Amino acid sequence: MFDVNKIRQDFPMLNGKTMQGKPLIYFDNAATTFKPQTVIDTVVKYYTEQTANVHRGDYDLSYQVSEGYEAARETVARFINAQPREVVLTSGASAALNLVAYGWGQKFLKPGDVILSTEAEHASNILPWFKAAEVTGAIFEYIPLAQNGELTLENFKAAMHSKVKVVTLANITNVLGYVAPIKEMAKIAHEYGAIIVVDGAQGVPHIATDVEDWDVDYLAFSAHKLCGPTGVGALYGKYELLQQMDPFMLGGGSNARFDICGNILLKNPPYKFEAGTPAIEAVLGFKAAIDYISAIGMENIMAYEHELRKYLMSQIKDMEHITIYNPEAATGIITFNVKDIFAQDAASYINSQGIAVRAGNHCAKILMDMLQTSETIRASLYFYNTKEEIDHFVQVIREITLEKCVDLFF
Amino acid sequence: MDITDPMLLRQIIMDHYQYPRNKHAGDAHHNHMIHMASESCIDDIKVWATIENDKITDICFDGVACTISTASTSILTELLKGKSIEEARTLIDRYFDMIDLKNVDLEPLEEAIAFYQVGKQANRIKCATIGWNAMKQIIEESEGKHD
Repeated sequence: MFDVNKIRQDFPMLNGKTMQGKPLIYFDNAATTFKPQTVIDTVVKYYTEQTANVHRGDYDLSYQVSEGYEAARETVARFINAQPREVVLTSGASAALNLVAYGWGQKFLKPGDVILSTEAEHASNILPWFKAAEVTGAIFEYIPLAQNGELTLENFKAAMHSKVKVVTLANITNVLGYVAPIKEMAKIAHEYGAIIVVDGAQGVPHIATDVEDWDVDYLAFSAHKLCGPTGVGALYGKYELLQQMDPFMLGGGSNARFDICGNILLKNPPYKFEAGTPAIEAVLGFKAAIDYISAIGMENIMAYEHELRKYLMSQIKDMEHITIYNPEAATGIITFNVKDIFAQDAASYINSQGIAVRAGNHCAKILMDMLQTSETIRASLYFYNTKEEIDHFVQVIREITLEKCVDLFF
Repeated sequence: MDITDPMLLRQIIMDHYQYPRNKHAGDAHHNHMIHMASESCIDDIKVWATIENDKITDICFDGVACTISTASTSILTELLKGKSIEEARTLIDRYFDMIDLKNVDLEPLEEAIAFYQVGKQANRIKCATIGWNAMKQIIEESEGKHD
């Protein structure tokens, strides 16, 4: 039984925290999420009771923490329906996406090959591929988005051709929050012999993810967007692809042996990608976060977020002074502007009422050309937000004026 | 000017935001241009100036910016146009002292005193100083100090 009030008790940030002297309402969950006590405790426990390095020592403490580390990998794998050996633990989605673009893209792309993506991507899933294109001579192409900014299967089919070697995109985009038809796209990409890379940073925390059913080749995501610690994330890759690709970094833990002549024998995946001491406490916290949200249930989280979104939309969609850029999206991201008020001014006023939202171009700079605005305000919901919080937000939005935004400075 | 009258100060900001002065792209007669695209905010403005014989004969700006950036830069263009480099530098220093809440005489800043409390919204200080930082850089550049 989904009980949001009970859930909120698990989060210290949701219990009595204020901003600008008002009860905090946190609607910036697409940026990062709050952590439940169990995640915080797990992180602290590593430092107070379990400190040792992983895969290093022949003593109980190191063995136990190594076991915990591998248990985290198993939990991550199960969460997205992968095998543990297909899960590389990284510092986050950005590191994971860079790893693919470097280790696979720069190694296998050839001049004239095409990297196919969209204009709605986050910088983390575009810039590493720009670099791969620059290094290899590959070419960048974009799938045209529909008028509402959504990626349709029809447009994807029309953009696909035999030169395309990589299709890379977010299954939920960070500005508009549309859900891409990944499973169907993967099938089509494979028919053309291309691989499909999924930026799951906004997707994995919000909808049930099944890499096996979707048949995607790579999927990247971060722990901190699903109630876990910062500085940790994962790259899923099909094992064969992981075997072929190069690591981004070399060092301790990634090699089996090396000699004075410079011969290196790398370990098998995923270990060959994990050089150096990882953020052990964050990896353990990653597991605790997945355990936590799994206990709530991804289906419940999805359904509740959808309900919250509908509730919010029903109240603001007819406001004449509000422009909404993604009225039809199914997820908890609402992107809008207040007419004649610059996004950052509006966001400052919203902040003065204790509500955290994000103003800007949300690391998706090329999308802003399509929306024909230089910046937007993004409210992004998660399963611990409430209808009462939305009521307050709606009230603030209803009453906002340029004069009120300027009055903040006096 | 009565800085205890928020209505008056608000009016100044609103006026300069809705009817910004000297807001247009520069041209060949401007011998300095700085592009300010902050990493931490959305504002993206360019400031042009003509500096001849140690005197600022013209300033203009253009770009996308919030109320505070637009109004503070608009006010800057009016205040510094026609001033000598030395006078401009003194005014800019005084403006930054005001933003830092230092106890300085605000009278010479004229309409720019509208921003004397901008520090209350700490995350917006960069908006109130973007044009002023641009002008500071232009002056340094004109003196060959900019690297």
